Amino acid sequence: MSGADGLLLDIRDLTVELRSPGGLIQPVDKVTFSLDRGKTLAVVGESGSGKSMLCRAILGLVPSRGSIVFNGHEAGRLSAGVMNRIRGRDIGVVLQNPLSSLNPVMTIARQIMEPMRCHLKLSKRESREKTLNLLGAVGIPQPHERMACYPHQLSGGMRQRVAIAIALACDPQLLIADEPTTALDVTVQAEILGLLSRLQRERNMALILVSHDLGVVAGVADDIAVMYAGRIVELGPTGALFARMRMRYTRALFDAIPRIDEPLQRRLPDIPGQPPDFSALPVGCRFAPRCASAGEICHREYPPLTADNADRHLFACWFPCAGTEVGR
Amino acid sequence: MADLGRKPGITFYLACGWLALVVLCALCAGVLPLHFTLDQIDSDHLAAGPGGAHLLGTDAMGRDLLVRLLFGSRVSLIVGSCAPLLGLVVGLLLGMPAAWCRGWSERLIMTATDVILAFPALIFLLVFTAILGPKLITITLGLGLLLSPRFIRVVRANTARFREREFILAARIGGAGEVSILLKEVLPNIMGPLLAYTLVVTGYVIVVEGGLAFLGLSVPSPAPSWGGMIAAGRDVLEEAPHVVIFPMATMFLTVLAVNLLGDRLRGRYERS
Amino acid sequence: MVFGRAATVVWKKLLHLLLVVLAVTLLTFVMTDRLPADIAAEISGRGATAADLAEVRERLGLNRPVLIRYASWLGDVCLGRLGNSLATELPVKESLRSHLPVTLELLFLSQLFALLLALPAGIITAWRAGSRLDRLTGTFAFACASLPNYVLAMGMVMLFSLKFKLLPATGYTPLSAGLAANLKGFLLPALAIALVEWVILMRVLRTDLIATLKEDYILLARCKGVPAWRILLVHALRPSLFTFITVLGMQTASLIGGAVIIETIFALPGIGRLLVNAIFAQDYPLIQGTVLLITLAYVLINFLVDLCYGLLDPRLRKVADNG
Repeated sequence: MSGADGLLLDIRDLTVELRSPGGLIQPVDKVTFSLDRGKTLAVVGESGSGKSMLCRAILGLVPSRGSIVFNGHEAGRLSAGVMNRIRGRDIGVVLQNPLSSLNPVMTIARQIMEPMRCHLKLSKRESREKTLNLLGAVGIPQPHERMACYPHQLSGGMRQRVAIAIALACDPQLLIADEPTTALDVTVQAEILGLLSRLQRERNMALILVSHDLGVVAGVADDIAVMYAGRIVELGPTGALFARMRMRYTRALFDAIPRIDEPLQRRLPDIPGQPPDFSALPVGCRFAPRCASAGEICHREYPPLTADNADRHLFACWFPCAGTEVGR
Repeated sequence: MADLGRKPGITFYLACGWLALVVLCALCAGVLPLHFTLDQIDSDHLAAGPGGAHLLGTDAMGRDLLVRLLFGSRVSLIVGSCAPLLGLVVGLLLGMPAAWCRGWSERLIMTATDVILAFPALIFLLVFTAILGPKLITITLGLGLLLSPRFIRVVRANTARFREREFILAARIGGAGEVSILLKEVLPNIMGPLLAYTLVVTGYVIVVEGGLAFLGLSVPSPAPSWGGMIAAGRDVLEEAPHVVIFPMATMFLTVLAVNLLGDRLRGRYERS
Repeated sequence: MVFGRAATVVWKKLLHLLLVVLAVTLLTFVMTDRLPADIAAEISGRGATAADLAEVRERLGLNRPVLIRYASWLGDVCLGRLGNSLATELPVKESLRSHLPVTLELLFLSQLFALLLALPAGIITAWRAGSRLDRLTGTFAFACASLPNYVLAMGMVMLFSLKFKLLPATGYTPLSAGLAANLKGFLLPALAIALVEWVILMRVLRTDLIATLKEDYILLARCKGVPAWRILLVHALRPSLFTFITVLGMQTASLIGGAVIIETIFALPGIGRLLVNAIFAQDYPLIQGTVLLITLAYVLINFLVDLCYGLLDPRLRKVADNG
């Protein structure tokens, strides 16, 4: 449709407003980014930075302001029924915990077939066949026998593979994976991540990969967006971002990754303080209370999301890092 | 319930007010300046409608409804308050040790409660009243005993939650005996939810006591009770509906008020 | 191996239920034995001599110790004999057979009405929790829960039978006299029971459904673009039915023999009436037979509820399974 320029998802000033005991809060605040077909955007931040809420807002599951243009259509203008169809058919979702995100009382075959039957109107036989193929594609051995299994009969890694199969059921153009590996064993994490990026390449899907771990996304993402307290604070191509981290928050996330080439005794640096409470946000830069280099202006005014020169590497900081190479 | 927020609303005060009125009437029924006595038969006014000398009218035998309603409240209130309290006491005495000691004593007590719960309550009440006679105390005792298995279960469930808590361990390290731990540490903690449950049961007991009157198992005939008045009014339902409407409304309002209070109390303990 | 363990659990459950039946019937025997009046005097009529009484007692086996009598009754039951009523000399089985259909029909209709009210109300109020509709339903349910069923019954009789003359006030019309007439007689009593019982069913369903709707797999279902009705009915309802089924089972069990007041008001010859009359007449074989029936029904319903748990949740089907 609007495929000429390759643009799939364009989000401008997306704001989510929720009622909470502490008053109105905005867990997602004026988020702007775009995503091309077949590309991967990683959204990185601590827990509570608004990553998951951003995903739900894109899916239209929470009330939001701003504009979401998907495939050339303005999401806000679509009826609830059409939104429902987009959710299942054009956008696939993998959630964090495969233990709790699969329905315990439905067989996995039924759960995978459901979107096919709802959105593609496939017959029972067609959808069974497709499900078998999918189970094979996500690397489940003996898919025939597994069809009739219930989620509790599978291991964690297998369940996440089933969840991926559900997300891929209708061949979506966009896959949103919300911390898909966090709840899994370390050995399984790499497998699942590899599977996701392989499937993405094969099917030319766009992927939004949400994670709290910069290290996890480094190898697979084209672009990285760093979120803090509901806002994107740094956004840029993976290479450029790793080459010159401008935000001290991004830098701190990076330093928190354990590395093989360092002595085991090294104490991983942590970021002092806590992410701010959404009902009591600081006036200026939201990271300022935890930032070592914060100046007077940081506490007074929120820094705009800008780039140094004409490139696509954006950051929101009054005193960005000088931009020394980061050794890896 | 959604409509019972944290702040007590008008319904809460209305419920309290109604219950206070009923309790007051029950206490003062003997000293109120009433024109008729309990079983005084006014043969000129059989099943007469409200108004005139009889404010609420008379029943089929010509007895003043208001007077009987006032005195009848005593039965409902006594049974409604004493039977749940008896159940509560038995529940505490058996439920707390069952949860605390576990092992064979718990199994014994819980099996016994299972059997009593499976036992037709009707037989128990009928035989109980047949042996001891249909008196107020018999009904109270019988209903209290019938309720105790439910209380045992609730007490046991609530007590078990505290078995592994730190402050219990702290008290034990401090040298407190098990009985004193149960009385001083556990009891105050479980009393809130238990009182809420007791209030809920109170409404239920008032209903059951009224139902017994239909089987002739409530207080014997000349003595008034709300249930008895409703049951007796069945015969004149068509000609004189007011005979049953007044006791029915009184009972409904009382049960509603008790349930409102119980629900409020329960909501408070469930939140915390 | 797996099946072996599951079977053990079933056997244990059955054994437990059998013990309940034995305990309840024994307790009934011991308790009714303490009834003060004398059935022998009742049977031999006025002016019977002491010798007559002794002869009747001897004939009925009343002078034997209660445990011996229980054992011999139990032996008869195992052979399928429930004996004859002392008062009417009719076979106990016959009385049970004639009274049971009335109780079953009342039970079926009342639970049907309660379900028809509770299921939609529970689902809608959980889906729209906190809305005006939810609050209104809650208030209405609260009022219903505070109405004794006999008050409701008499209120409905006044309204529908006496004022509008739509339905009969009392009396039982057998099914053989036509379905419409039969149902007319059951409508008010079934409604009187249902209008009180649906409340607790609705409340537990609402509470459990609200908890289920917060689960991740419901979020995933919404992400899959599953329509709202399908989320509620296909994804959320089944895992939320546990307490609901338990309460439904308890209510159903208590209605067998427990609906005696409603049966009295509407003059329905059900099991409850049969039991009360038997107790008043101290008709031991009839009491025992009725109690046995009631307890067996209780046990059977318990067992069915346990089976339902397994049907609802595949995780409970096999005891040891870690595929």
